[in-house]
Amino acid sequence: MSDLKFEPWNDPKAVPLISFRNVTKRFGDFIAIDNQTFDIFEHEFFALLGPSGCGKTTMMRMLAGFETPTEGKISLAGQDIAPIPPNKRAVNMMFQSYALFPHLTVWNNIAFGLKREGMAPDAIDARVAEMLKLTRMEKFASRKPHQISGGQKQRVALARSLAKAPKLLLLDEPLGALDAKLRQETQFELVDIQEKTGTTFIIVTHDQEEAMTVATRVAVMDHGQIIQADTPDRIYEMPNSVYVADFIGDVTIIKGRVSPSDDGYEIHHAEGLPPLFAKSNLSLKNGTGAYLAIRPEKISIAAEQPSSARNAIKGAIQDIAYLGNLSTYHVELPNGTIVKAQATNNRRLANRPFTWEDEVWLSWTDTAAVLLDH
Amino acid sequence: MKHLTWFSATSLALGFAFLYLPMIILVIYSFNASKLVTVWAGFSTRWYGELIQNEAFLDAAWVTIRVAVASSTLATILGTMAAYTLVRAGRFTGRTLFSGMIYAPLVMPEVITGLSLLLLFIGIGLDRGIFTIILAHTTFSMCFVSVVVSARLVAFDRSLEEAAMDLGCAPMEAFRFVTLPIIAPAVISGWLLAFTLSLDDLVIASFTAGPSATTLPIKIWSSIRLGVSPEINALSTILIGIVTVGVISASLISKRGAIRRQNEEQAALRA
Ligand SMILES: Nc1ncnc2c1ncn2[C@@H]1O[C@H](COP(=O)(O)OP(=O)(O)O)[C@@H](O)[C@H]1O
Ligand SMILES: [Mg+2]
Repeated sequence: MSDLKFEPWNDPKAVPLISFRNVTKRFGDFIAIDNQTFDIFEHEFFALLGPSGCGKTTMMRMLAGFETPTEGKISLAGQDIAPIPPNKRAVNMMFQSYALFPHLTVWNNIAFGLKREGMAPDAIDARVAEMLKLTRMEKFASRKPHQISGGQKQRVALARSLAKAPKLLLLDEPLGALDAKLRQETQFELVDIQEKTGTTFIIVTHDQEEAMTVATRVAVMDHGQIIQADTPDRIYEMPNSVYVADFIGDVTIIKGRVSPSDDGYEIHHAEGLPPLFAKSNLSLKNGTGAYLAIRPEKISIAAEQPSSARNAIKGAIQDIAYLGNLSTYHVELPNGTIVKAQATNNRRLANRPFTWEDEVWLSWTDTAAVLLDH
Repeated sequence: MKHLTWFSATSLALGFAFLYLPMIILVIYSFNASKLVTVWAGFSTRWYGELIQNEAFLDAAWVTIRVAVASSTLATILGTMAAYTLVRAGRFTGRTLFSGMIYAPLVMPEVITGLSLLLLFIGIGLDRGIFTIILAHTTFSMCFVSVVVSARLVAFDRSLEEAAMDLGCAPMEAFRFVTLPIIAPAVISGWLLAFTLSLDDLVIASFTAGPSATTLPIKIWSSIRLGVSPEINALSTILIGIVTVGVISASLISKRGAIRRQNEEQAALRA
């Protein structure tokens, strides 16, 4: 079954397209990239996600050739890229600012790289036409960049970077300037283009939803380090740290001391409240501190105490955030901890079963919460 | 419209009178029919006619134009290169010194520039003539070009050059295909400025000109010592015309560039 899935990162025999080996980048004393070792594989759509200033752009600029690593080695298709100047790399970058040439038409912007390559005029015509079609910009070929909208500029920038059919395409916050709807459309378009062309994409974003939508793997970064690189569902369901759990999606973190029990741990989080239980592969000593991360949608809310659940606690509804299809309930436990629980609004607002100050029971399964040691 | 107070109106009038009254008088007298410069005897274009017949003036004019074209072109190339290095190369060792030195001729008394160039040409045994005037004019006008061009380069988005390199341009090609076309208006207005400066320079040309080549300002200056002839008024009027056209087009070109840039930026923001 796993043969059908695209997950070369789990295949020890797979040869990576890009490999970082102990790469460090310093600007003066400041460490922008901190001793990173990881691989990216052909046909991947690899998303770099992290707060502003964590080193995402620096990572891309090293791949494109505008920065050189202070230490360590980056290889592309097995070849060390340090001595190769940007204009000789089989890598194209779509800039955060689009960087369209203001003095050239859309057509000439897209043809720019092909002309420099010395491609025959006929072939250039055909290739540019193909790119215009792909990005649905045929009608705007003779416009200058200042005569088209932000979304169209973004398409031109994309077409221009795709035109040379690079082995690797770097997208630095490509959709940052777009409104929500156009953004979503373009995300699907990107995935579509990636499937059609087979190019390997690395996309920088600080929008987690975007990363989850388009990526084969998401790398969550902080302070120049990749904290976790994994498939979107694993990043969400199995974060390796409180930082990742908290960065992606909504979560409640409960701190406590563990005691081993069955195939997991009991978490003692508050005096006078029963311990919580979570299955876990971690090996923790009795009494060490740990964190329990629970997603709001994995918690059920009920008026009565559920009979079977091992994790059940009572609390009072302190706040309700109505999101249309969903509502998030902020439930306060007797010790003051706030737990977020989500429920689908399958009834009209007036018939909503719970309201402010109501006492409710929260419960979740043994595998719903993730135990984290840092 | 705001009305000017009597004070600012007077200041403005005085200022403009000081600036332009002498020139206006000169222009008026160039159309004087009388041979006596100070006596008005009716309108005539006679002196313009005589000017065209004057071999010595025409030769000088031809030298002046050749010098102006050659030196402003050289100054534009060198000044643009210097500006590019100063703005782009980051903080290399000696950058501050270099940028200070490139602007020094802006404030250096012309007499000193002229004298030092003269000493240099004598020192290296270069015969004075049209070639030395060209060199001298290039020297003092390239810093003006450099100022104009670097003002444009500072506002230039660096990522455009990176994008060009990313798409396969070597650094020189990125300059040729992306940077240069975009900064062209500034380069052209730099050229026009250098051209005008060269056209009306007297001091530096006097130091560096030889018997074989005389520029128009030198010619005018020396003939004035024999008395002001209305022919010179006519010639000066033509020069004023050329310089005015040069300065106005230089400022129009850079202003139009600025307006277009602004429009493009606003369009980009709206989008
Ligand atoms: N050329 C540079 N000189 C000095 N510091 C830099 C330079 N480029 C980036 N940095 C610093 O490196 C850090 C990472 O920057 P960047 O990679 O742009 O972050 P982001 O994840 O927001 O894209 C930031 O703190 C930034 O200030
Ligand atoms: Mg960035």
